[in-house]
Amino acid sequence: MSSTIEAAVRVETKRQPLPPRERLEQVFDVQDLTAIYGSKAALKDVSMEVYKNLVTAVIGPSGCGKSTFIRCLNRMNDLVPSFRQTGTIRYHGQDIGARDVDPVAVRRTIGMVFQRPNPFPKSIYDNVAWGLKVLGMKDDLSERVERALTQAALWDEVRDRLKASALGLSGGQQQRLCIARAIAVEPDVVLMDEPASALDPIATQKIEQLLHELKQEYTFVIVTHNMQQAARVADMTAFFSISRGEEGERWGELIEYDETEKIFTAPSDKRTEDYVTGRFG
Amino acid sequence: MSAADLNLLQRPNDRLRRRRLVNLGMEVLAWLAAAIAVAILGIVVWSVAKKGAGALNLDLFTKSQANASLFGGPVRQGLANAFVGTLIVVGLATLMALPFGILIAIYVNEFAPRAIKSLVGLTLDVLAGVPAIVIGIFVFSLIVVAHGQSAYAGGFALAVIMLPFVARATIEVLALVPNSLREAALGVGAPRWRVTLGVVLPQTIGGVLTGATLAVARVAGETAPLLYTCSLVAQGTHWNPSQPLQTIPVAIFELSESASTDDQALAWAGALVLILFILFASLGARWLATRSRRKMLGAVR
Repeated sequence: MSSTIEAAVRVETKRQPLPPRERLEQVFDVQDLTAIYGSKAALKDVSMEVYKNLVTAVIGPSGCGKSTFIRCLNRMNDLVPSFRQTGTIRYHGQDIGARDVDPVAVRRTIGMVFQRPNPFPKSIYDNVAWGLKVLGMKDDLSERVERALTQAALWDEVRDRLKASALGLSGGQQQRLCIARAIAVEPDVVLMDEPASALDPIATQKIEQLLHELKQEYTFVIVTHNMQQAARVADMTAFFSISRGEEGERWGELIEYDETEKIFTAPSDKRTEDYVTGRFG
Repeated sequence: MSAADLNLLQRPNDRLRRRRLVNLGMEVLAWLAAAIAVAILGIVVWSVAKKGAGALNLDLFTKSQANASLFGGPVRQGLANAFVGTLIVVGLATLMALPFGILIAIYVNEFAPRAIKSLVGLTLDVLAGVPAIVIGIFVFSLIVVAHGQSAYAGGFALAVIMLPFVARATIEVLALVPNSLREAALGVGAPRWRVTLGVVLPQTIGGVLTGATLAVARVAGETAPLLYTCSLVAQGTHWNPSQPLQTIPVAIFELSESASTDDQALAWAGALVLILFILFASLGARWLATRSRRKMLGAVR
């Protein structure tokens, strides 16, 4: 084992060993997912499960389809006109990729936090309250907003200026506001697409801490290209990589999916080992 | 840099001298072209102001036109009836064109497939290029032949002219709204229409108002379509839009053909007010545009 792997594991916080996978509750069951933009496959034949109340990290080099993958999980790719997908994504047993499934209903229970903080150009309060109002969760609106902001560890910083524009917050605060906005509507799963990549280390640390605290209540799937981050926050880690065809076409593939500790200390695939030890990517 | 190169730079150089000369000549030409554009506007405004200033008094806004040929011509008269008429006709046009234009823009930018998007865009461009008089004849045959002239018909004709400007302007500002904002709103489980109405559209209010203001300024001076649809007016100031109402451009057109110098002065005064209105509307639109752009860019970063 190389020292880089040990370094990666050492930064990880002490974790309880996971119960055997058969005893974990499945949230997502993805089978043979292939995602295509236009005529180009971005992702081929991905099969994996996501378990309840765990943080699942998706790591891999740029262009390996990590973002495409999690955007499939809440039908966010529907917005891309040339996008289509094959295979099945079961969410608590129900196929959410099916044509007759309402993507709006899917996104209600499967929230998302994006790479760059994207608060609405409204007040801090309205950023959190807007989704609640839209979804008709209007009773105890102020309490719900306060609870979400507290859970996102932002309440103390903004309690005196809830009516101020969200655009006046720092990048890290904006991202925590986006997390508050996502969890305010009480989703089941929160997808995070490199939520800390535009943030400084201190803001990043706050967000990672949040994940630790919030996973009691939610299931997280987090895309990151920061391996230390995956090692620190994730229970399960999926490693995606780029495969090349004979005619030079490239697509993303799931190489290995296992408990985080296993991925970083004893990966069973050579490509995973090369990546986590820094020989590739 | 080597010493030889430095020598080359210091030596008087024919080619360099010629290049500087050509550069200077081109700069002067470009400057002249810009100066001429400003000068033309200056001359127009100045001559209109000079000839119209005499009749520019409170009566212009409070008294109506009188028919000089019938009553021998009152000493002082005003264009109050034309201002009221223009207000109503342009107001009606805006009420018709604005919601319609915004709906077109929302469809094109938020929902339409790419092929339809470019088709509608092309249509709007062609419509914007249709001569105003053609639109006048069109509305004449569509409405006036059957129902006679009215401020409604005039407003409708102006609305047809405004529509492509309003729609285009709105499409442009909608395209400036970052996609990340739409994704953010969809991400909390909002349906598309709530995203459009609640998050996207509020971002564009400044830009839409800018486009509307420019369109208003554009049609406020339109004469040809109104001659067909809203020009056979009764005397005095009227507010009823089901009748034809006098408007500033039509009043200018009629008064300028009069033999009376009083009438001509009145036409110049009307023209001056129209120019000033358009000037201030454009300035206001500009101010709105920079303000809303700044706000929107603040949203991205």
